[in-house]
Amino acid sequence: MLSLAELWSPIRLTLALASITTVLLLVIGTPIAWWLARSKARWKEAVAAVIALPLVLPPTVLGFYLLLALGPSGPGGWIGGFFGLRTLAFTFEALVIGSVIYSMPFVVQPVRNAFEAFGDRPLEVAATLRASPWDTFWTVAVPLARPGFMTGAVLGFAHTVGEFGVILMIGGNIPDRTKVLSVAIYDYVESLQWAQAHILAAGMLVFSFSIILSMMILGKRVARPGA
Amino acid sequence: MNQSAATISARYAGVLGSFELDVAFEVPMRGITALFGPSGCGKTTILRCVAGLNQMPGRLVVGSEVWQDDVAGKSLKPHERAVGYVFQEASLFGHLSVRGNLRYGYRRALKNGIPETIRFDDVVELLGIGYLLDRATGELSGGERQRVALGRALLAQPRLFLMDEPLSALDRMTKEEILPYFEALRASLSIPVLYVTHDISEIERLADHIVLLDSGRVIAVGRLNDLLADTRFPLARNRDASSVLEARVNVFNAEDGLTEIDIGGEMLVVPGRVGENGSTYRVRIGASDVSLAVDRSSQTTILNVVPVRVLDIQPLDEAQLNVLLTIGHREGGPKLLARITRRAKRVLGFAPGQQMYAQIKAVSLVRSTGRLPTSTAK
Repeated sequence: MLSLAELWSPIRLTLALASITTVLLLVIGTPIAWWLARSKARWKEAVAAVIALPLVLPPTVLGFYLLLALGPSGPGGWIGGFFGLRTLAFTFEALVIGSVIYSMPFVVQPVRNAFEAFGDRPLEVAATLRASPWDTFWTVAVPLARPGFMTGAVLGFAHTVGEFGVILMIGGNIPDRTKVLSVAIYDYVESLQWAQAHILAAGMLVFSFSIILSMMILGKRVARPGA
Repeated sequence: MNQSAATISARYAGVLGSFELDVAFEVPMRGITALFGPSGCGKTTILRCVAGLNQMPGRLVVGSEVWQDDVAGKSLKPHERAVGYVFQEASLFGHLSVRGNLRYGYRRALKNGIPETIRFDDVVELLGIGYLLDRATGELSGGERQRVALGRALLAQPRLFLMDEPLSALDRMTKEEILPYFEALRASLSIPVLYVTHDISEIERLADHIVLLDSGRVIAVGRLNDLLADTRFPLARNRDASSVLEARVNVFNAEDGLTEIDIGGEMLVVPGRVGENGSTYRVRIGASDVSLAVDRSSQTTILNVVPVRVLDIQPLDEAQLNVLLTIGHREGGPKLLARITRRAKRVLGFAPGQQMYAQIKAVSLVRSTGRLPTSTAK
């Protein structure tokens, strides 16, 4: 009855989704956070609001629009056409796209805060020490913002792991392709498979607790040196 | 535009925020030039424009290099300008050790193929920061931090040193601890310095030239004492206005315990043994410590009586006058500022051109200029 492979599949899928999403979030979110922290454009707060939208939007609303966008008559279907697909919806790629959008504020916000926290001065100092802006970014801004990156990465990862509504809307419930942890738990409960639901749910509980705990410990350790 | 290669020539005219700046000055490419004025006069803005941290329409030529020329549409980026900038706060990089901070600009300068005229070990020794190299920056005292910041800027191999009130964030004790390093720097390096301050005592001690500023305009540019003593400018109107003069140690008189010093050919004495014969010092003479007499009075406890010629007399307030003097009876002697009462002038009845005698109550040594105060001279 209790099939290990059956339990492992959603865990593996979830870890893959969260890892890929976190890497993409750092790659995409960092320049956005930098721009939000440094730009003097008046409309930047509008951009910040759009990025923060998933914080307040019901996941089903976001999922609904994503479904339309990824479906056959949206841009997703058009792009899918190049790969011989009729639609991007109900694929692992759809989950990645949805997760990146859904978890974006959890990465952009702490990284932006970290970029803002040290002000202009370290960047000016670096410029007077012959460092180009690109050089300064990598050798001063990123190291100084490290706590923000760590918080962002952990939050982005954890939030992706816990995602449910958006996934259900755009991924469906296809084993080995889109059936991630949260959906699997829901599925087990629906079909009254309590033991399986227990194992996955308790696992999530432990995972979440260790994430929060390690973040707090890390946060303390990072706060100490420097000043 | 024809200009000598041995100057820094700056011109800025524009608006930054709500502040309007319109300045032009040319200062020598050596020694310390103080940008001096009340807060809000634009001195820091000028410094930031020179570093390229602020942009303002204008032109900047440092020696033979054009750093900004709006006509040619040229303005070097901050990192392309060979400056060493010392900010008011040390602003060390918190993620790097002291060594990492010192090496930041140093590595980049050498990588750009700039010759290593300022060596790492020399700077560490000059600033006495060897014992700090492997520390985290958070563990340093205020004075140590500013010394490291100074060293970090130096090691970027600058052609021009910019200092924005580098001592103002420090308490008095720490300031006294740091000043000798600035003096050592001045004596051992030939890099020109633009030094922003509103503290006249720092100017008296460090500056060779002054750019006097007020509300975004240049009031005067000149050599230190020419501006300190000039009755037309606000420095001479300060309550503790002074003259700062170069003096050469002549001889020590062991019997009286006095050292005879030579200022523009006239001899003054100062208490105690001061330096070696022939070494030069900078001395400060407060305007209120100078009184005037029509002849060389013999009946006085004041030892320092020198012949002077009156150059200019300007009213200061309802009771006092500023009198600009030149020491000695020759043309072009060092200038000395005296502060006297209107009544004394009425009684003595003197006028510009007249030869008189200045009685100098106190002469304070500001610093040694002729040799290094530390043993690291190379």
